[in-house]
Amino acid sequence: MPTWVQLVYLACAICFILALKGLSGPKTARAGNLIGAAAAVVAVIVPFIYLDLDHVVLILVAIAIGTAGGVVGAQRVQMTQMPQMVALFNGVGGGAAALVALVELQEMLPHVDSIDWFTLAATAFTIAVGSISFAGSIVTFAKLQELMTSRPVVFPGLPIIFGVAGLATITLGVLTVTSPAIWIGIVLALLGLAIGLLLVLPVGGADVPIVISLLNAFTGLTVAAGGYVLSNVVLLVAGTLVGASGTYLTMLMANAMGRSVSNILFGALKGGSTLGAGVASDRPVKSAGPEDIAILLGYADRVIIVPGYGLAVAQAQHTLRELVDVLIARGTKVDYAIHPVAGRMPGHMNVLLAEAQVPYEQLVEMDDINGEFKHTDVVLVVGANDVVNPAAKTTPGAPIYGMPILNADEAKQVVFMKRSMRPGFAGIENELLFEPTTTLLFGDAKDSLGKLLNAVKAL
Amino acid sequence: MDEAVVWLTIFILSVFVGIEVISKVSSTLHTPLMSGANAIHGIILLGAVLVTGSTDNDVALVVGLVAIVLAAVNMVGGFVVTDRMLQMFVRKKPKPAPVPTEGGNA
Repeated sequence: MPTWVQLVYLACAICFILALKGLSGPKTARAGNLIGAAAAVVAVIVPFIYLDLDHVVLILVAIAIGTAGGVVGAQRVQMTQMPQMVALFNGVGGGAAALVALVELQEMLPHVDSIDWFTLAATAFTIAVGSISFAGSIVTFAKLQELMTSRPVVFPGLPIIFGVAGLATITLGVLTVTSPAIWIGIVLALLGLAIGLLLVLPVGGADVPIVISLLNAFTGLTVAAGGYVLSNVVLLVAGTLVGASGTYLTMLMANAMGRSVSNILFGALKGGSTLGAGVASDRPVKSAGPEDIAILLGYADRVIIVPGYGLAVAQAQHTLRELVDVLIARGTKVDYAIHPVAGRMPGHMNVLLAEAQVPYEQLVEMDDINGEFKHTDVVLVVGANDVVNPAAKTTPGAPIYGMPILNADEAKQVVFMKRSMRPGFAGIENELLFEPTTTLLFGDAKDSLGKLLNAVKAL
Repeated sequence: MDEAVVWLTIFILSVFVGIEVISKVSSTLHTPLMSGANAIHGIILLGAVLVTGSTDNDVALVVGLVAIVLAAVNMVGGFVVTDRMLQMFVRKKPKPAPVPTEGGNA
């Protein structure tokens, strides 16, 4: 490899570090992302210059197809569907890494005696973990896209099958080192796919974002191992960076939800699902029409909005912003209380409200606003549920127990805008709905907010 | 084995750098950060190009081409979608945003 190529690769590796650094601050995030993209493009162009590659036309066509698919997908996806898009992109990355390692194994076979054991082990790792990441990400995609139930899927014998598949994978990994053959690689890939399925199926919907982050870290490590196999320093550094930061980010997210990663992954395996029953209750609740709620809001001094994923699903962010504008014009102090995991992923709600041009100052993070609920006249909960569920504080057995929540229950009045009595994403009932201070406004969030807006204007 | 130790050194240092650079991220940016990191591991596209460009086995060629398509989706899609997300964060800094002017004549 010529020296200039190594230097270019070094520069790319540095750019990836700067990209991650940039992405972790709000002012530098966009520049960071662009630096990463530029480095990735340069790194991919380099081998076309210094190597005499075969099949160049086919390769370029394949890159064009993938690029077109990626751009179209990325442009078309709605902000509400962002988490599953990330899952899908992560999955195909993991799949690509596994396929690269399979091809490389095939290439190694003729001169396998000159290959050291660690390279073969890294190849096996890439095949297996890349496949796990692929299958796992596809399942998370299906869960979030609601192509399948978002509840945990468990069946008897799951821990045993999981254990057997795990042992078989390790055995085949050892075989890859001792007596490498292409069939071992293929079986390893199939086992990886099975483990990916078994790993994610038992995870309940509310925990899926953390699993996406974890699988993201897996793919990173896979790419790093692939970099070792191919003796390519850019792959090694970029993959390791993503693997390490992804693992750390996963722990940050789990902490924000009051969960531990092992509990999320293996809670269901150890018996007992990670979620509750998820059935609607027929206990009596107090409901009211938009006019009544409008009076409540219109004459309140202090209102806090708790937005949730349901708001985004109904595409009601813009109507909500209009309502808040009207209330502020009437002299009411209004803020949005943003739970760290509001939406489907940490920070997701900020993205969704920013899209609706809600001024940034009105978005207040949980720790800063939790003390204010006591002095609040009305809390308007739009399409959120689990993030205000007092069970997180009061019911030790609840799946969300320990998750920090917004103290909406401390406010004088709580108004829930809901489509139905269906429980939230975590599948457990919310006691707050049955409190005497709580009023429900049933209906589609956009529709209800529109009526509410007109009613407040008419006051 | 000496060379392996060099790689191990790079690996371990990268682990520390990876954790260090994102350790102060606010939860607001978790989603874009995850998405951006996701795009970065799309660099496996480079690996896919390297193996595909040097194989003379037809099956391996096809598998390699599939890997290239998947990796390109990961890399390009990842960066584009992250940029789309971050555009929305940038827009809020200047604030000519519709602060309450319309409606509400009570």
